[in-house]
Amino acid sequence: MENNNLNNLPKELFKPLVRKEDTSETISKPSRTFGQEARRTLLKNKPAIISLILLIIIIIMSIVGPHMSEYGNDDQNLSRAKLPPHAPGLEKISWLGFDGTLTDDFKGSTVEEAKRKAIARFDNQEKFIDFKVKSKGNGERNSAEVEATYHVYDAKGMGDQYFWLGTDHLGRDQWTRLWLGTRVSLIIAFVAAILDLLIGVTYGGISGFFGGKVDNYMQRVIEVLVGIPNLVIILLMMLFMQPGIMSIVIALAITGWTGMARIVRGEVMKVKNQEFVLAARTLGTSNGSIIRKHLLPNISGIIIVNTMFSIPSAVFFEAFLSFIGLGIVPPNASLGSLINIGFQNLRIYPHLLVYPAILISLIMITFNILGDGLRDAFDPKMHK
Amino acid sequence: MARYILRRLGYMIVTLFIIATLSFFLMKMLPGSPLNAEDKLSEEQKAIVLEKYGLNDPVPVQYVRYLTGLVQGDLGISFKFDNTPVTQILLDRIGPSALVGFQAMVIGTILGIALGLIAAVFHNGFLDYTSTIIAVLGTSIPSFVFAGLLQYVFAVELGWFPVALWGEPEHTILPTIALAITPLATAARFIRTEMVEVLGSNYMLTAKAKGIGQAGRVWKHGFRNALIPLITVIGPMAVNIMTGSMVIEQIFAIPGIGEQFVSSVLVNDYPTIMGTTLLYAFAFIVIILIVDLLYGLIDPRIRVTGGNK
Repeated sequence: MENNNLNNLPKELFKPLVRKEDTSETISKPSRTFGQEARRTLLKNKPAIISLILLIIIIIMSIVGPHMSEYGNDDQNLSRAKLPPHAPGLEKISWLGFDGTLTDDFKGSTVEEAKRKAIARFDNQEKFIDFKVKSKGNGERNSAEVEATYHVYDAKGMGDQYFWLGTDHLGRDQWTRLWLGTRVSLIIAFVAAILDLLIGVTYGGISGFFGGKVDNYMQRVIEVLVGIPNLVIILLMMLFMQPGIMSIVIALAITGWTGMARIVRGEVMKVKNQEFVLAARTLGTSNGSIIRKHLLPNISGIIIVNTMFSIPSAVFFEAFLSFIGLGIVPPNASLGSLINIGFQNLRIYPHLLVYPAILISLIMITFNILGDGLRDAFDPKMHK
Repeated sequence: MARYILRRLGYMIVTLFIIATLSFFLMKMLPGSPLNAEDKLSEEQKAIVLEKYGLNDPVPVQYVRYLTGLVQGDLGISFKFDNTPVTQILLDRIGPSALVGFQAMVIGTILGIALGLIAAVFHNGFLDYTSTIIAVLGTSIPSFVFAGLLQYVFAVELGWFPVALWGEPEHTILPTIALAITPLATAARFIRTEMVEVLGSNYMLTAKAKGIGQAGRVWKHGFRNALIPLITVIGPMAVNIMTGSMVIEQIFAIPGIGEQFVSSVLVNDYPTIMGTTLLYAFAFIVIILIVDLLYGLIDPRIRVTGGNK
């Protein structure tokens, strides 16, 4: 019955609001520029901010990470190949997998046979293997099962050495190589994205700004280029050039800029016919400063978003190339080549695949979420 | 429309010609020779081999011969794989690739549509967030990482499937799932955005006012309208599947085109590399053409010939 109460309010409570000349026109909300609005929208987007923080951590780790471990990128030593992760402090908690042990199940017709298999598998170091009988068996084939835990570090007399993420098939420290690989992958992605940006914005900008015949010819060229699948060109370029960081960057840049060029052209065409450009022209501004001062700031949002999405796709292509053997050359590592090595050892040494796989997924996910966040931030409809 | 198709076909031929030319000359400029590994061959034997494959002729002659063969569907003879004609190799291997690719495409799209639909109907609810997370993971995680995860969990640990084997229908399950995750995520994301927009439109309100139940509204009025634009992402999805198939076939040992390409690269078998490249390019271009034409047919508002008026 609150409604009734409101209706029965005594009239004396109401006072006319005196209209004042100086207050009726004031804007109650502070006026914000587009950039400020965009920043506000982005900062409110929690997933995007978390992604940004994670990315910064990954970037910092890719710079500092390799120096945190005492082992270098190419410190090979076959006597310590394929060691499991062993980290100080964390080694006490066995389920985390940093205790420097290899664990596997072995089957046999009797417990003894299963144990023999385990011992043969684990370098015949019976003293350093703990057995846990899972099933006693009844004499039939593979009916008995034991779980064997092999203390590799102790067996090799390296109990005081710590390879935080283990070692690869040549005994190189996985921690060092993981972060060096991340560094290589990120450098390739950033450089390729910047090249995309430079070529695409220049090409699209010129095409859109001058229009007419220039635009027509430039667009025909793009139409043919877009028809050629990226993958085919990248693969051909990689076959032709010596594999390595530079050729991956070039192959990615050659194919990547067309999307950016098309978007920039469309946006420039939209903006260049608006009144403020006409005003600038009337005031005698040169083409160069119209492009720099009036057009670019207006299309910068879409350029940033597009660049943001081209980074994860470059990370993916680099990993893809390295994975099929056309990318990074040893001894250098990238996330793709580490994953490739991981696959070769998947059955027995899954730790070689797990960490690079997690890291590349994390990089891709965070870049995509951040890209989505930026797209929302630069979309005026999303500003509240 | 006929003019538009003709023009597109013209572009297609130009593009294929450029790719054929480009790959031919790049292969010619490559430092390695297919004879490098056979150190034991005498000079005379080498000359015979070069003569047999026509590698002694001047490059322009080889180029014309290659193009003539190409028009007739002859891609040359493989240097490494038992002297088989490349066309034969590709024909033998297209089956497995097409099977897994098609399965992945169909399953991924259908599940993706379902996921997107659920997300849109329960907009901003728990199911929406779950499906968004799946979509983000699906678009972000590279297919080969996902394949590794599947292989480790279902083949190595649980032992439900062989790690890498080809032959039985159940051997296609893991590779299909690994390939389907990208189209699934793409479709889910796309349908969700479209559906949220459609569900908020005025004609949905009219339908509600007429007394149509929620299921009827979502299905008859919403879903059909959201489905049309999905065709635009089918092209990119197919491209994704083809890229993914190279690594997936490698990982699961599927005797398909992608696996053939990777192994040809490793042994410098130029005719096979060029043949595979051309096949990929051809498939890409045809799919994109079909998608463009379908789009014009399904949605009459989009006039593909509009620009020519």
